[in-house]
Amino acid sequence: MERRNVLKGGAALGLSLALGPKAVLAAGKPKVGFILVGPKNDNGWSQHHYEAIKKAEEKFGDAVEIVVQESVPEGADAERVMSQMALSGAGLIFATSFGYMDAVQNVAAKFPKVMFEHATGYKSSANSATYNARFYEGRAVCGHIAGKMTKTNKIGYIGSFPIPEVIQGINSSYIHAHKANPKVEISVVWISAWFDPAKEADATKALLDQGCDVVLSHTDSTAPLATLKTAGAYGFGQSADMAEFAPKPRLSSIIDNWAPYYEERIKAIVDGTWKTQNIWYGIKEKMVVIGEISDAVPPDVKAEAEKIRDSIADGSYHPFQGPLNKQDGSVWVKEGEKPDDGTLLGLNFYVEGIKGAIPS
Amino acid sequence: MDFTSLNFVVLIAALMVASVPIMLAAIGELVVERAGVLNLGVEGMMIIGAVCGFIAAVETGSPFLGFLGGAVGGAVLSLIFAVLTQTLLANQVATGLALTLFGLGLSSLLGQNYVGMKPPVTGKVPFGPLADLPVVGPILFGHDWVVYFSILIIAIVWWALKATRLGLILRAVGENHDAAHSLGYNVRRIRLGAIMFGGAMAGMGGAYVSLVRVPQWTDGITAGAGWIALAIVVFASWRPWRVMLGSYLFGGITVLQLNMQAAGSAIPVQYLSMAPYLITILVLVIMSSGKGRAALNAPASLGQNFHATR
Amino acid sequence: MLRLEKRPNPSRFWIYGTPFLAVALTMIAGGIMFALLGKDPVAAIKLIFLDPLFNGDVASYSRPQILVKAAPLVLISIGLSLGFRAGVWNIGAEGQYVMGAIFGAATGLAFYPTESRLVFPLMVLAGAFGGFIWAMIPAILKTRFRTSEILVSLLLVYVAKQILASAALSFLKNPEGAGFPGSRNLAQIPAMANGELIAGTGLHWGGVAAFLAVGAAYVLLQRHILGFQIKLAGQAPRAARFAGVNPDRLVVLCMGLSGALAGLAGLFEVTGPAGQITIDFGVGYGFTAIIVAFLGRLNPLGILFAGLLMALTYIGGELAQFMLGLPAAAIQAFQGMLLFFLLAVDLLSNYRVRLIGWGAR
Repeated sequence: MERRNVLKGGAALGLSLALGPKAVLAAGKPKVGFILVGPKNDNGWSQHHYEAIKKAEEKFGDAVEIVVQESVPEGADAERVMSQMALSGAGLIFATSFGYMDAVQNVAAKFPKVMFEHATGYKSSANSATYNARFYEGRAVCGHIAGKMTKTNKIGYIGSFPIPEVIQGINSSYIHAHKANPKVEISVVWISAWFDPAKEADATKALLDQGCDVVLSHTDSTAPLATLKTAGAYGFGQSADMAEFAPKPRLSSIIDNWAPYYEERIKAIVDGTWKTQNIWYGIKEKMVVIGEISDAVPPDVKAEAEKIRDSIADGSYHPFQGPLNKQDGSVWVKEGEKPDDGTLLGLNFYVEGIKGAIPS
Repeated sequence: MDFTSLNFVVLIAALMVASVPIMLAAIGELVVERAGVLNLGVEGMMIIGAVCGFIAAVETGSPFLGFLGGAVGGAVLSLIFAVLTQTLLANQVATGLALTLFGLGLSSLLGQNYVGMKPPVTGKVPFGPLADLPVVGPILFGHDWVVYFSILIIAIVWWALKATRLGLILRAVGENHDAAHSLGYNVRRIRLGAIMFGGAMAGMGGAYVSLVRVPQWTDGITAGAGWIALAIVVFASWRPWRVMLGSYLFGGITVLQLNMQAAGSAIPVQYLSMAPYLITILVLVIMSSGKGRAALNAPASLGQNFHATR
Repeated sequence: MLRLEKRPNPSRFWIYGTPFLAVALTMIAGGIMFALLGKDPVAAIKLIFLDPLFNGDVASYSRPQILVKAAPLVLISIGLSLGFRAGVWNIGAEGQYVMGAIFGAATGLAFYPTESRLVFPLMVLAGAFGGFIWAMIPAILKTRFRTSEILVSLLLVYVAKQILASAALSFLKNPEGAGFPGSRNLAQIPAMANGELIAGTGLHWGGVAAFLAVGAAYVLLQRHILGFQIKLAGQAPRAARFAGVNPDRLVVLCMGLSGALAGLAGLFEVTGPAGQITIDFGVGYGFTAIIVAFLGRLNPLGILFAGLLMALTYIGGELAQFMLGLPAAAIQAFQGMLLFFLLAVDLLSNYRVRLIGWGAR
């Protein structure tokens, strides 16, 4: 089927009939590979990447061949899968998990003519770029809503592993919940997994049992929302909109919007304009999108949340704008200043007011 | 102090729910092992049960039929194990592990079109005013029917093994299949029945994860519960009531550690996360070093294949 | 009706014939599954079994990768098989594998930066020791308190994974890693790297160790008194006791040996193909190795072939995924089928299958 489509493929490929399908693949039709860390229907991180891939596939149609490999373990296996993709003709490969970082660097060094895109890492080279989203900007909006919506003044946060991205999220959520409601406290539960629906559900129950009535999650499944629904408490969509849980328990959501970026970068390969870069996009560039704020949120709170969202988008506000103190009371960010991206990317401490220690 | 802020009534009620999947799977596996068969494919049967139960519940709209579907799915998968080990005399350890691999793959293929759907709600048993009683209300009268069913099935297995002819035959087959055979019992048929019962219980346990605990279908949803169930059987030294004890202990510590984190415990999280496993080992050591000598209760023919020469 | 008759001696023909029969049956059943999923079954099966070896574009890369993937599986399986033969059930090789990697990496990184050639051998020792110590916990609990080694070794896997997460997040974290989890990349530190020994073969020190282990296990089982004791203890525990075999000593020995080999596999993996300690370093080699051990009928040479076959289906499965768009789950189910058929037809070597008329018994 694939081959027939190639042969039907219009004027640009007219030459192909003379050269045969193999030459078309090499000359005319770029091949783009994606590797996913989880199954493509995990309801969270990987599924969301996969949906963006599908959108890109629709957009480019027959002009680009897209291949996807799901459930690729980090480390040696990722390196092998990417090498095999490169050898079989891929010109651009997206590696969609932090743990692929060194593997991407190794393969990129071996295949200088193949371009690589690595999500959420910090290493790049002439033929490997990085892309990441400022999830913490979304947490600021959700944190504000959480602070306003809690009746018990206790909000919960389910963490996976204490990496900077998650710590950014906890800090941002707490800072904005606290600004909205100075009496608020945050309880963090670490489950040592990105994806374990049963444990995520148990952790949500534990937070509810400890008096939390709004729970934010930084794991991959919809189990926390399903649990919150039964308990009548509130939560937020994470990575995907999770609109099926609106208006309650899902008050809003942080959507990872990868599709425009994928389309832009695939187009660059097609046009021959691809260049390496390190981008960290947020609400402004629409890589982080705030899902519709549901009717369960009072109109004034909704307006405030949207104002935070818009002021982040236009650059007039930074979620980690000073003054901010570290957990031990020492000064982190001075009045009127904001932290540089390097500090944020390596964030490994809580801000003042959060109780408990980061696991080590 | 860490414990003062914890509400133990809520905690006990929560652990009873959290323990159901491993308890069901473990009591099923106990019967299998008492018949002398070691089926390490519990995780595979659980996840097939989880997906079949979910599909059945969504398609029929009935949670009860969902649990039934889960049990049937688990039992059907266990048939593969039964044919391989009982008819074709394949190695039980390897077949069980292959069953898990196959079950994980198949469940994902079956569940492709059901991701993101919501199953019908399994409601609590209406006990009326009893459920509002302090302390005993949430613990004894605040659950869905499967929680009570899981306890009932423990009681039934205990009674059946202890007091019925079927139980006696089952144990005889597990202790010495050659002797049982020469007494005229059909070793293979009894083991087949035990294996399918084990599959059905594991499947139901899996369905509890996808229909009540989480409730949704995603790939890999059982996330290792089957392995814990296997451990609980050994922990219980093949005795039904100890399966309940072991499941509640393990489920209890898991729930407790999450609650302690949520309550802001001073114990570092990494130690809390290890606690369920370490404490299970510790209790096991104490039990096995005591006068009971638990580990010696293993059925004598466990894991050995039977082939009638006559 | 089918009736089985035990052969007086295993059939030579079927000992070698069953693996091929099983692969053929799997191709048929798997082909049906692929067809049901709407994929070309012939293309899928060709991709899984032949393309890693012969595909013009990728084979020059994939072929050595089979050895890379098989090395840890074979190394761990050999250790496990000795225990399984003696009736010692080490199910927790995954934990020992992880601990070997942590011990080895920690030893190496303690000397960072160094160019000394002595560091790598020291790391190898530390890796073996890490796996050994982790396996000693169930061994000692077994001999001292009669606690089931199956359960303890299995539960310790979860503990090891927790320690692994801690290592990646704190005590082995790369100080120059901008706060991200994960250790320094050992494969990029010349004194600690376990690179390819002969270019283009995929052979690293782990592969060498795997081949040595196969040879040593073969000699041990064929020639050495200990090998005899292991076999005797598994087949006739009571007779073994009369023959003066100390069961506790055997437990410690088998657990220790399998733990050390699993630890070695972890060390060679973390210094080579994986490169660094990460939260997700443990990808299940310890569990797959149990399957490999039984597929190889607990025989050293059998394990070598079983390990290579498993590695082939992994790599071919990856090719089938991105070239044909097969879901990963279909590959998993396919591997499960392969195992089922291998196990199912295994009886042909020990039994004769007779067709008899209905009603006759």
